[in-house]
Amino acid sequence: MSKRNPEYDFKWCPGCGDFGVKRAIEGALAERTVERSEPIEQTVIVAGIGCSGNLVHLQEGPQPFGLHGIHGRTLPIAWGIKAVRPDLNVLIVSGDGDYLSIGAEHIGPQAKRNIDVTAVVMDNGVYGLTKGQASPTTEFEVVTPTTPYGKLDDKLNPLETYLAAGVSFIASALSSQVKQLQELIKEAMDYPGFSIVHVQSPCTTYNDTYAVLKGNPKEGIEPLARPIPDSHDPSDFAGAMALARGRGIPIGRLYRKPESVPSHERLRGARERLGVKQQSVDDLLAGMKI
Amino acid sequence: MSKNFVVRFAGEGGQGVVGGSEILAAAAAQVGYHVLTFATYPSQIKGGPAWGQARISTGPILSSGDYVDILVALNRYAYDHNIEELREGGVVIYNSEDFELADGSRFVGIPADQLARESGNPRAANMIVIGAVAYLAGMPLRYLEGFVRQRFDRGRPGDDKIIEGNIKALHMGAEEAARSGLSLGSSLDDPPSHDQERVLIKGYEAACLGAMAAGVECFIGYPISPATTMLTYMEATLNAPHTFVGQASSEIESITAIIGGGYAGKKSMTSTAGPGFSLMGEGLGLAWMAEIPLVVANVQRGGPATGLPTKTEQSDLLVALNPGHGDMRLPVIAPGSVEEAFWAAAEAVNWAERYQGPVILLTEASIAERSQDVARPDASRVVPEKRAVSDGRVENRRYEGNGASPFPVPGGPGAYVANGSEHDEQGDTTHLPDVHVRMTQRRFNKLSLLETGTYEAERTEASVVLMPWGGSKGPAREAYERLAAGGVDLGWYYTMYLSPLPPALLEELRTKELVIIPELNYLGQLSGQLRSMGVNAHSITQYTGLPFKVGELASEIQERMRAVSGKLARV
Repeated sequence: MSKRNPEYDFKWCPGCGDFGVKRAIEGALAERTVERSEPIEQTVIVAGIGCSGNLVHLQEGPQPFGLHGIHGRTLPIAWGIKAVRPDLNVLIVSGDGDYLSIGAEHIGPQAKRNIDVTAVVMDNGVYGLTKGQASPTTEFEVVTPTTPYGKLDDKLNPLETYLAAGVSFIASALSSQVKQLQELIKEAMDYPGFSIVHVQSPCTTYNDTYAVLKGNPKEGIEPLARPIPDSHDPSDFAGAMALARGRGIPIGRLYRKPESVPSHERLRGARERLGVKQQSVDDLLAGMKI
Repeated sequence: MSKNFVVRFAGEGGQGVVGGSEILAAAAAQVGYHVLTFATYPSQIKGGPAWGQARISTGPILSSGDYVDILVALNRYAYDHNIEELREGGVVIYNSEDFELADGSRFVGIPADQLARESGNPRAANMIVIGAVAYLAGMPLRYLEGFVRQRFDRGRPGDDKIIEGNIKALHMGAEEAARSGLSLGSSLDDPPSHDQERVLIKGYEAACLGAMAAGVECFIGYPISPATTMLTYMEATLNAPHTFVGQASSEIESITAIIGGGYAGKKSMTSTAGPGFSLMGEGLGLAWMAEIPLVVANVQRGGPATGLPTKTEQSDLLVALNPGHGDMRLPVIAPGSVEEAFWAAAEAVNWAERYQGPVILLTEASIAERSQDVARPDASRVVPEKRAVSDGRVENRRYEGNGASPFPVPGGPGAYVANGSEHDEQGDTTHLPDVHVRMTQRRFNKLSLLETGTYEAERTEASVVLMPWGGSKGPAREAYERLAAGGVDLGWYYTMYLSPLPPALLEELRTKELVIIPELNYLGQLSGQLRSMGVNAHSITQYTGLPFKVGELASEIQERMRAVSGKLARV
């Protein structure tokens, strides 16, 4: 059940990282609507398929619009919405399987277009809803139902992938640190261009990474998640790439391209510059007169 | 004197054979003739056998013509592979720089490139050939001169020289043809006078303009033969500030992006062909399930897989009706002519808004790519359907009721989740059996809003009737008229609304002894559908990548009719 719909029967497992992401999104949207005096209906949440996508039905409080589509296609759906309605705030909720496996082909084109949408990618390193198969971010050599000999494919590095694709704004976060996550999502929504907030959101049933992310300094176990030092300049692409490729998972604002003209502004600018005018159907037909 | 003739320019890709036929058609249309072009070429930029032809007539034209009156053969291969279609008494103009033909009785060898160089305009080889064609067909050169003046007058300083060069080339070609002493034996009648305003328009232009007249504001596509022309035409012409036209990076992106556009409240459309349409299957299921209005134009080519990218076929009807998995039946409108392409596209956009779901505009290479003179479509006759938009009174219960319900548009009241999973009234996922039953029925019930299609019916008392669909309408109509003139007792039915069929039409078809469906596919896709609806329909099929020939079709129809009467006699 959800707060707004007692009949809705989907549940996340207890302890699922996605709960934290949901709270952060609710908080960021609440902040945004107040700050801009913008009705919540100006926001559309485009959801992928998987545990993460169900967030769109579980959202509490004032309800934004939602579109729960098909596997892997959040990005082109969001592109279409934003292309025809630049006034809308378009937010994607997706997971590592939906976004980085079946949907990976869409990251590059959207980055080059620089669509003004924000994607929140919940990475649990596993296909949860289909019960524990390997995903692109599952560790090398891990045994899962689809990798009985241990995973033979290298693990994908999502942050490196986003940087290489040319995504304009990239942040990395932990689902357990809701306040920081909320701030990053808020900043990403405000950013004029394609932004991704990649969240480590552990799956307590199939891939519980809470302990690994946190580490155990007392026992000499380094945390996998490492805060990005304050000294990092987010406009420094090479520095961001070094962090993405470095040890552990950098957490914080990784990259923020200083100059970013989103796709709908590029189109508007080009039309203005070239002075294109809409001809009526009648005029166009008149041009074919014989 | 004669009523019509067909000129075919045959050579290889890149030699301007398609351009030659288009120029000739444009010139003939300019002076009042009816024209229709058809081209076939390989999927490559340079080389490979290609031909383009123009039919020029004093009366309205229904098909591209069975036989060729003048064959322009630019190489030996083109001659060898097209000469069989030259009618008795036809003439061949061949490129004498490339090959020689021994028997001179029907052949005119013209060194077009050499003459073009001599004319001072090396690029005028086409004009040399067109001059020769005009002479042989008995078309006064002044018609073509007028056309050349209009076409090359671009308001630039060098225009005069180019015009002069091209006119000189026309005359050189005509003189060369005159020297041969050949002719078609008769010259074309004077062009008819017209009381209606006419336009020379291509099928894809007509479809785009129809969609624009119905208010399309978003068009996103991916290049694919033979549907690319719709995308490029939209890119060039749809550019108001509130509109969006874009190139996606795959057909999966095209369909999902226009789902976004339709969901966000804009009339949205894409164009594609076979392989791209297959990729859209899952997205079309989402649009059906989540009830998102949009239009997909499928410009059919030969399939399956990469198939015959530049040829024409009517083999996508089944996939248009059911493009993806699961229970669905998409509305399909298939125009039968260039003129109908305008109205079909406009109606497809209107249907999508009315029933709130995806509509397939099913056309084909032979219609999309041909030029034809038609009465100028009156765009003011298109009444753009306005989507019933939610005013918030039913709050977020977007999927309430058993028919189309007010559509909540983002930014306005009624926030809900448009959902591709089975869902309840507010769009939340559910797997309850009774909800799936209710929602499935809701989706199918909405189709009844589209049972408004019109149809043609003639000689309805006949027990055997002909009912073509799509681009086979033209040749079928010509065959029907020929048979009817010969006293054959055959009825005629036609509609471009293939799904849902106009209910009254279906009722009439069920009473017939035999419904003959000429269609360009192996399976007999429409007749199979009709048989499942209780109509005794059988197809005349052809799958050559080319349209029907009227003569062949007429004899095949008569054979089918004889078989029926034979059977009746035995009973």
